[in-house]
Parts: sequence; structure tokens; C-alpha cells
Amino acid sequence: MSVVSDVAIAREPGAFVTSIRLLWHDKFAFTAAVFLLLVVLAAIFGPYVVGGDATAMNLRMRNVPPGVTHGWLYVLGGDTLGRSLLARVIVGARTTMLISASTVVCSMLIGGFLGLIAGYRGGWFALVVMRVADIIMSFPSLLMALIVLYVLGTSVANVVLVLAITRIPLYLRTSRAEVLEIRERMFVTAARVLGARPRRLVWRHIAPLVAPTMITLATLDFSFVMLAESSLSFLGLGIQPPDISWGLMVSDGRGYLATAWWLSFWPGVAITLTTMSLNLLSNWVRVATDPVQRWRLEVARKNG
Amino acid sequence: MLRYLGKRSLHSLVSLVGLVVLVFFLARLTGDPTNLYLPIDASPAEKANFAQVHGFNDPVLLQFWHFVQGALRLDFGASLRYQRPALGLVLEAFPTTLELAFFAMLIALVIAIVTGSLAAWRLNGFFDRIASIISLISASIPNFWIAIVGVLVLAVNLRLIPTSGTGSVQQWILPVAVLAIRPAGLIVQIVRGSMTSALSSAYVKTARAKGVSSQAIIFVHALRNAMLPVITVAGDQATGMVNGAVIVETIFGFPGIGNLMLDAITNRDFAVVQAAVMVTAIAIFILNIVIDLCYAALDPRIRFT
Repeated sequence: MSVVSDVAIAREPGAFVTSIRLLWHDKFAFTAAVFLLLVVLAAIFGPYVVGGDATAMNLRMRNVPPGVTHGWLYVLGGDTLGRSLLARVIVGARTTMLISASTVVCSMLIGGFLGLIAGYRGGWFALVVMRVADIIMSFPSLLMALIVLYVLGTSVANVVLVLAITRIPLYLRTSRAEVLEIRERMFVTAARVLGARPRRLVWRHIAPLVAPTMITLATLDFSFVMLAESSLSFLGLGIQPPDISWGLMVSDGRGYLATAWWLSFWPGVAITLTTMSLNLLSNWVRVATDPVQRWRLEVARKNG
Repeated sequence: MLRYLGKRSLHSLVSLVGLVVLVFFLARLTGDPTNLYLPIDASPAEKANFAQVHGFNDPVLLQFWHFVQGALRLDFGASLRYQRPALGLVLEAFPTTLELAFFAMLIALVIAIVTGSLAAWRLNGFFDRIASIISLISASIPNFWIAIVGVLVLAVNLRLIPTSGTGSVQQWILPVAVLAIRPAGLIVQIVRGSMTSALSSAYVKTARAKGVSSQAIIFVHALRNAMLPVITVAGDQATGMVNGAVIVETIFGFPGIGNLMLDAITNRDFAVVQAAVMVTAIAIFILNIVIDLCYAALDPRIRFT
């Protein structure tokens, strides 16, 4: 028996290898994945490699236009204090990715958790939570974030908190709707009949079924959060100097538009390419993880 | 119908009250409001006087009661910066934002409906692919950046349009375009999807069998049915347009509600923030009712209960 299953495993490559192969055959999604990998690497290792160059001022390099004549550090040009724009864009990746990732994880966990309870327990708790979610959803998210930041003051933690608040309702509603449906299924009833306590029912039987939806939602939401963070930083209520964020860099370069366009241009390119890759890849993930639609990718792979 | 409107208004009223209470207590519970109201460099004597005059030494609940009394009379207090009633300031700024959002939404809808319908007509054709790439890009570009690049290219380099202001038609082109890009890209995808399913339905086959022209099938028969999901998304996008308006108005110097609000926030002018929240929330409430009415107009099967 065990021999047979071993052979079967050897013939069929693992899920990871299959997905990588599928990805390789969709050139757009593959390019997006490679670019995102670069951004993540820049976010993790960038500050160690070029962190010094990002803050080192070189007055001879002030507002140097993009080009190869001044060495690789200045291919994207220099800023008003003669700092390398390339190094600053690389270091900026960390703040942007860190804030977006923490926000998405926080809102996913909190929203998913509240949704689990609201969906399972119902009652006054669900009523209050859903009402508050309605209030948050019915108001423009950026304005909401601006108001809360105005009260709390700006810091990295507060930016994450504020962005998470505006995104929690999304997860909350989805998770609650899922729980309401799963709660009535046969296996949950069976577990209840067998004497499982509510806590065990929620965590062992319901939560594992809600988790994949939450994760899909989170990958779709990542690019939205990134744009929101950039907008906040651009308006001056997000990341504050000396921290570097792409939105903040675009905002800083605004005053020099006529003389040094590259100051605002490159960070914006970085934001656009990253969000575009995220959108492309999350679309691909959605199709690849959907058993109903997966054949589209597999057919394209056989033809291509 | 009237019952529906009544029920809907009651629901929204609860949200509205919740929002205002939330904003009020956020400001009160996170520290001495005097510091929020006054400039940072105010002297201690000024602060004490200010707190006394505005009743900040009263218990929080009493303050809240005064605030509610004022709000019911549509009196949110005076702007500290302009020394005028906050509500007046907000209502003056509001039409600019409304016009900006209206034109942007109109353009986004027209572009999206035409592009999405054509893309659905020949699925996976050349036009469809181009349209899907452009809609992906438009959903990914940060609007503040496209605004800046637009100013750089059109105003600074080519000198086709002025950089800011609201006087002439040319000054409206770029702000409206920037605001329209993102909704247009998202709505194209919705139109394409719902148009695809509408085109494969039985009544379209009937129309085709009768010899109706392609244009008539798309824009007369299928479009009306394909519009329902589009209106839902367009409504969401219209709410989100206030977000875009904050950015666009700041960049182009439009005297709209977004600009006013950001200004009020950075200058700690709390009465204006509170009034602007109220007016925006009411506007969104009216928008949602209009959307519901659109549903009924498009699909006679929908009845309000």
C-alpha cells in the first residue's frame, strides 16, 4: 500500500512545483512575481546595502539629472541635497512594504476574528460590530484616516492602525457571511451533537474554512493599502521625515517639478510598478486557486 | 416607496449620528481639546481662557450635550481660522467638489461603458486585450503621481494648460481626467463582465435572429440589463471619489471640500472638520438613495418594501 502511494507521489510533482511551472507559462504574472521578489529583497536587504548612500549628502551631486555619467548610484539622478535617488527608492521600499504588510495582516486578523464571533454568536455583539463597520464603510476611507491621524498624531504605528481601521470592515463582513453559511453545515452540527464546545467549534471546524477566503482577500487588498499609504504620506499625514516612503518622496519632489522632474517621477514609477505587479499576481492567484477556472491556465500552458 | 425611503433614512440617520459621535469623542478622549483647537505656540493663559470660554472645563457629557444641541440646529461652531460659521465655509466649498466629482464620474462612465461593451463584443480579441492592459494600469497608478506627471508634461513642458486654479475650462481638464482614471479602469472590467453574460442570454439571441444590428443589440438590448452591477460599483467609486478629491484639490488648488478639510486638519480647525464630515456623510446618503432609485428605474422587477 505504502509503495503504491510513494510511486504516485514521485510521478506527480508537488503543489509548489506545479504552481511555479504554471506561473512560468504566464509571462505577465511571472514578470510581476519576479519584480515583487526584487521589491521584497530591496525591502529586507536594501537598508543594509545602500542605507548609508540614501542619507549621505553630496553637494556636488545636487539635482544631478538621471544618467550613467555619475556612477551607478546616480543613474536615477540626485535629490536636492545630493543624495542618491536610487538608494532612496530602494530604502523607501522597506517603509512602504512594512506598513502595507502590517496593515493587511492586522486588518485580516482582527476583521476575521470579529467576523467569526459576530457570525457565530450573533446577538447584540454582532449588531454593534456590524453597525460600526457600516459607519466606517459609508465614509470615504482617506478622510477617515486623515481625521484619526489628526487626533492621534502621525507615526508609523498610527498609520498602520488608521489604515487597518479603514480596512477591517471588509474582512469582518466577508468572514461573518462565510461563518453564517458554514455554521449551518452538516459537519458543524455533527460536531455540536458530539459535544464540542463553542470555542472548539469555531477554531477547529469553522475558522480553517474561512481562512483561505481571508487570505485571498488580503492579497487583493495589498495594492489598495499600498496606494492608501502613499496617498497619506503624500498629503503629509503619513510617514514623516527622516523616514523614507515613496509617497513622501513624490510629495517632496513636487516643488522642483520644473527644474528636477526626476525627484517625483521615480518614486511614482516604483509605486505604479509594484501595485501593478500586485494586481497582476493576485489576479493570477485567484484564477490558479479556483478549481473552476484553473483549466484556463493549464490549457494556455499546453498550447504555449 | 415612501416606507422604503423612511426606513432607509432611519438607517442612515443611525450611521450619521454614529459617525458624528465617533468624531466628537475621538477628539475629546485623546487629550485636552484645547491643544487641538489652539495653535501649538499658544500661551498657557490663552489656553486657560480658551478652555473656559468654550466650556472644555465642563464634564465631557455636558460638552457633548451642548455639541448635540448645536448640531441639531446645524450649528457646528465657528471656524477658528476664518472666524466664520463652519457650516457656511463647508457649503461654499461643496459645489466645487460636487462638480469635479460629477464630471469625472460622467466621463469615467461613458468611457467605461463604450470600452467595456466593445471588449465584451469580441472577447479575447485585440481590443479586449488592449482594454484589459489599460484598465490594469489605470487601477494601479497613484492618482497624486499621475496628477504631478500631468502637470509636468502638459503645463510645464508643453504649456497647454495652466498649473492650477479654477477659472477657465482648461483648468478643469487635468483634475477631472485624474479623478476619472481609476473609476474608469475599474468600471470597464465590470461592464465587460456583465456585458459578456448579457450577450449570451436568450433575448440577445432572439434579437440577433430577428436581424437587429450589432450596435442596437449592445446599446439597446443588452446594456440596460448589464447596467445593474455597474451602478453598484459606480456608487462605491463615487464615495471613493471624495478620497481622490482631497488629493486632486490639493494639487491643483481647487477650493473644494477636500482641500478645505485637509486645511482644517493641518490647522487644527476642528469645527470645520466636524461640519465637513457631516456634509460629506449626508451627500453620500443622498447618493445611495439615488443609486437605489436607479436600480428601480432600470429593472422594473425591483420593488421596495
